[in-house]
Amino acid sequence: MESFRTMLSKAEVLDALQDVKDPEIPTISIVDLGIVTDVSVSEENFVLVKLTPTFSGCPALKIMETLVKERIEKLNVSGVSVETNFDVQWNTNMITDKGLAALNKHGLAPPERHSGLVQIEMLHKVKCPLCGSRNTEMKTPFGPTLCRSIHYCNDCLNAFEQFKPVS
Amino acid sequence: MSLSPGELKDVKEFLYKIADDQLIIGHRNSEWTGLGPTLEEDIAFSSIAQDKIGQSQHIYELLHAMGEKHPDTTAFTRNAADFRCSHLTEYPNGEYEFSLMRNFLFNHSEHIRFGMLSTSSVEQLAKLAKKYRGEIKYHVMHSDTWVKQLGRANEESHMRMQKALNDTFNLALGIFEESDFAEALRETKVFEGEQVLQNKWLEEISPILDSASLVIPNKNSWAPAYGGRKGQHTEYLQPLIEEMGAVFRLDPNAEW
Repeated sequence: MESFRTMLSKAEVLDALQDVKDPEIPTISIVDLGIVTDVSVSEENFVLVKLTPTFSGCPALKIMETLVKERIEKLNVSGVSVETNFDVQWNTNMITDKGLAALNKHGLAPPERHSGLVQIEMLHKVKCPLCGSRNTEMKTPFGPTLCRSIHYCNDCLNAFEQFKPVS
Repeated sequence: MSLSPGELKDVKEFLYKIADDQLIIGHRNSEWTGLGPTLEEDIAFSSIAQDKIGQSQHIYELLHAMGEKHPDTTAFTRNAADFRCSHLTEYPNGEYEFSLMRNFLFNHSEHIRFGMLSTSSVEQLAKLAKKYRGEIKYHVMHSDTWVKQLGRANEESHMRMQKALNDTFNLALGIFEESDFAEALRETKVFEGEQVLQNKWLEEISPILDSASLVIPNKNSWAPAYGGRKGQHTEYLQPLIEEMGAVFRLDPNAEW
C-alpha cells in the first residue's frame, strides 16, 4: 500500500496502467493499445476506468478487466470499478507511436495509419518486421487471433504476422 | 433517446432479428473449424464466426439492458419459434461454395445495415454499428476475393459458384423481410427499412458478381424465403439450437 495522499491524479492511474499488458502481446500496454478510453478519480480516491474492446469477439477482454482492477487496487484507492463499453469505438489509429514500436518489437508488423477507411490494398506490401523489406505479400487477412493477418516476405523468406488495420 | 413502451417493444424485436442472424450464421461458420478446405480458409471461417458471435453477444447485452434475459440465457435456451433469424443463416453448410456464397450475400447486407444504423436514433445501437462495420469489412473482403477468383477460375469452379448463387439467392432475399413495425422504426429514425437496405445491397453486389461472371437469377424467378422474422423456420434451426446450447443446458447455473 502506498502512503496516503490527498487525491490520486489521473496521470498516476494511467502510469500504473502502463504495467497492464495485452495478455496476447506482452510488449504492449493497454494504454498504448488505445483501449483505455476514460479514467476518473473521485474525491474519495475511488477510481473508474473505462475500456473499449479492440474486437467485439475478443476473448482477452475479461482478463484485461481483472488485470486493471488488480493493478489499481495496489494504489492508495478506496475502490476501483472497471467498465467496458462502446462509447468510443476503438480503431488502430488509437494505438500510440510507442505502442506501434512495441508491436514491432514483438515481431508483429504494426498497422499503418489510415484515414478512417481500410482498403484491401493496405494489407499488401506490408513492411516485414524482421528485415524491413516491403517486398511482401498477404497470405490471409485472418490469423491466430482476430487482430492479426498473415504475410510472407519474399526477401528474407519468413512468414510474419501483422496487427491488421481496423477502421 | 427515451422510448415509449410500444417503441421499446419494436426496437427489441428489431434487435433480435439482427443478433439472431449473427449468432446462427456465426455458429454455421464455426462448423468449418477443423474442416476448411485449406488451413487459411479454416482459420478465416473460424475468425469470422468469432466476430459474428461476439457481435451478437453485445446486442444481446443491449437487449438485457432493455429488460430482456441474460445474453447466455437468450442465446442458449430459447426454442426455434423464439428466434428471428432469416432462413439463409439456418441452412446446413453444404459444400464450401454454398457457405462461401451465403457469407458473400450476408456480409454485404450486414455491412450496409450497420452503415445505415451508425446514425440510428438508438444511440447504443449506433455505437455498436460503427464498431462492427470495421470488423465486417474484413468479412466482406474475404468473400469478395473468393467469389471473384472462383467465379472465373475454371469451368468447374464457375459452375459451382453459379449453382451456389442460384441456391442461396432466394434465401438471401429473405433477409429483407419487412416487419409490421417497419414504419414505426422509420418514423422514429431507428432504421430506414429493409426495402431500402435490399436496394442498396443489390446495387453493391451486382458489379462484383458481374466481374466474377456470375448472374443473379432472373427477377421473374425471385421467391424470397420469408417467415424467419416471424418465428417460422426451416427444419434445420431447432437441431442447430439444441447442439449449440447442449453444454450450457447441462448446468445453466455453472460458473464459467
